[in-house]
Amino acid sequence: MEKIAEYFDKKDDVSLGKLLKEVENETPISFDILKHSSMRKGKAHIVGITGPPGSGKSTLVSKICKQLAAKGLQIGVVCIDPTSPFTQGALLGDRIRMQELAKTPNVFIKSLATRGNLGGLAASAADVVQVLDAYEKDVILIETVGVGQVEFDVLGIADTIVLVNVPGLGDTLQTLKAGIMEIADLYVINQADRPGANESVKDLKMMIRESGKVGWQPPILQTVATEEKGVKELIESIHEHKAHLKSTNLWKEKRQERNVARLDTMIQGLLSRKVEEYIKEEDGWQHRIQEVKEGKTDPFTVSHEIVNGLIHKNNSKSGGRYVK
Amino acid sequence: MQIKVVMSKLGLDIHWRGALVVSRMLRDEGMEVVYLGNQFPEQIVDAAIQEGADVIGLSTLGGNHLTLGPKVVQIAREKGVDALIIMGGVIPEDDIPALKEAGIAEVFGPETRIESIADFIRSHVKNTIA
Ligand code: B12
Ligand SMILES: Nc1nc2c(ncn2[C@@H]2O[C@H](COP(=O)(O)OP(=O)(O)OP(=O)(O)O)[C@@H](O)[C@H]2O)c(=O)[nH]1
Ligand SMILES: [Mg+2]
Repeated sequence: MEKIAEYFDKKDDVSLGKLLKEVENETPISFDILKHSSMRKGKAHIVGITGPPGSGKSTLVSKICKQLAAKGLQIGVVCIDPTSPFTQGALLGDRIRMQELAKTPNVFIKSLATRGNLGGLAASAADVVQVLDAYEKDVILIETVGVGQVEFDVLGIADTIVLVNVPGLGDTLQTLKAGIMEIADLYVINQADRPGANESVKDLKMMIRESGKVGWQPPILQTVATEEKGVKELIESIHEHKAHLKSTNLWKEKRQERNVARLDTMIQGLLSRKVEEYIKEEDGWQHRIQEVKEGKTDPFTVSHEIVNGLIHKNNSKSGGRYVK
Repeated sequence: MQIKVVMSKLGLDIHWRGALVVSRMLRDEGMEVVYLGNQFPEQIVDAAIQEGADVIGLSTLGGNHLTLGPKVVQIAREKGVDALIIMGGVIPEDDIPALKEAGIAEVFGPETRIESIADFIRSHVKNTIA
């Protein structure tokens, strides 16, 4: 534990890299790292960059970083790519579009594989972001996997969501409408050097108007990431959204909600682990589970028996398997 | 635990096919491969630090293996990175002893079968988690 504090105090990339490696791999020590960083987080502006595959997310992230770094900000980048469900391997290719950042100081890039997570993020993404936050990054950019319609986990960890699209997605946008209108704080039509950008902006404007959204009105920007066009304006909009969050107290509320959500997932994880251990250590349960398996009894009854048994055991410390 | 590989083409070498073929194949072997594109030694080591790499893979068919290869090892060790460092591409037989002397763990030439690369990595990688 002292060593962990030391790693946090050092504030260098080597120490941060070591901390993140533990967290990425969910090693036993990562629990203490997360505990330690939990009370130090909360200052970074966390920005999610999401959108279909190939829309230009990585290229945009690279240009945003370049300009933010020039202002002297400390930046963390988390890039997520899918794990192959067949081999568990992954090819993490976002850095190819960020090559020009290699010599930029103040930019720390971590690539993560989804490792079976389906929501567009990696299982460890929230943890990695938390550690970067505690490591006093000013801005943390999260590039999600190229999303379709349902991968919105980034909502749970980001303050500002940037949805990157390309021209000529009019019809696609219509079909995405249901989920997408609610999630983005900023819309970007990237690859605006390609035909149809103005039409896409018009389509989006109409959809936003139709949605009758109150409060923050998501701006729609055009960018050409490869030429760094529109990036300055995009950064300004991101800052405006941050100012909006702060002035409406949403900044604080989002963090508080996240804390509770975190508590929730921790409880669920801990409980299911405790139940698993309990089932293993008490022989009788295997028999009951076998009965469920064979359809001789129902899972509803037995799940209650197991959970109540565990609670009773902890209360009496004497094992109370048959209490309902 | 999942093995993480940082794969880079060394310096300005433009031959990308081998690096990509090996990256894909290592992915298919169940590893996580971060592909950097072209980078120089210092930046390759920085990326390995940030990514928490177990392995650094260097690909070169451009003749810069003797100048840049040992540099990667030197900078990595200076910065406390103890990742396994391997190399592949078109590298004359005669240069291999010098590369190994410098700390390149193994050199894989053209027509290398992927199993031999994957097996080498699996049997040599230290899981560096403290
Ligand atoms: C295709 C090719 C090109 C293409 C490249 C296109 C591309 N997208 O890659 C083009 C035409 C652009 C090209 C250009 C040049 N080329 Co060229 N090219 C080749 C050629 C014919 C095939 C390379 C290839 O793609 N092989 C297929 C892949 C899959 O094999 P591989 O790269 O060897 O990879 C395998 C292993 O080496 C290993 N491996 C590779 N990388 C890694 C990394 C790790 C970590 C591991 C573990 C393993 C590993 O695993 C792979 C699978 O087995 C070779 C000849 C040859 N037979 O190798 C010459 C060759 C590599 N080229 C050569 C030269 C000289 C050049 C030029 C300098 C020519 C010139 N004067 O302009 C320029 C490049 C300049 C530069 N800046 O780099 C020489 C290199 C000589 C040397 N180094 O001693 C070769 C050997 C030809 C020769 N016999 O003279 N080239
Ligand atoms: N013409 C044009 N091409 C662009 C622009 N922005 C990005 N590209 C190109 O689009 C391709 C994909 O860009 P990336 O940045 O890798 O896109 P991505 O959304 O990160 O892709 P994934 O991570 O695979 O989902 C690359 O070839 C870029 O060079 C742009 O504004 N105009
Ligand atoms: Mg990308």
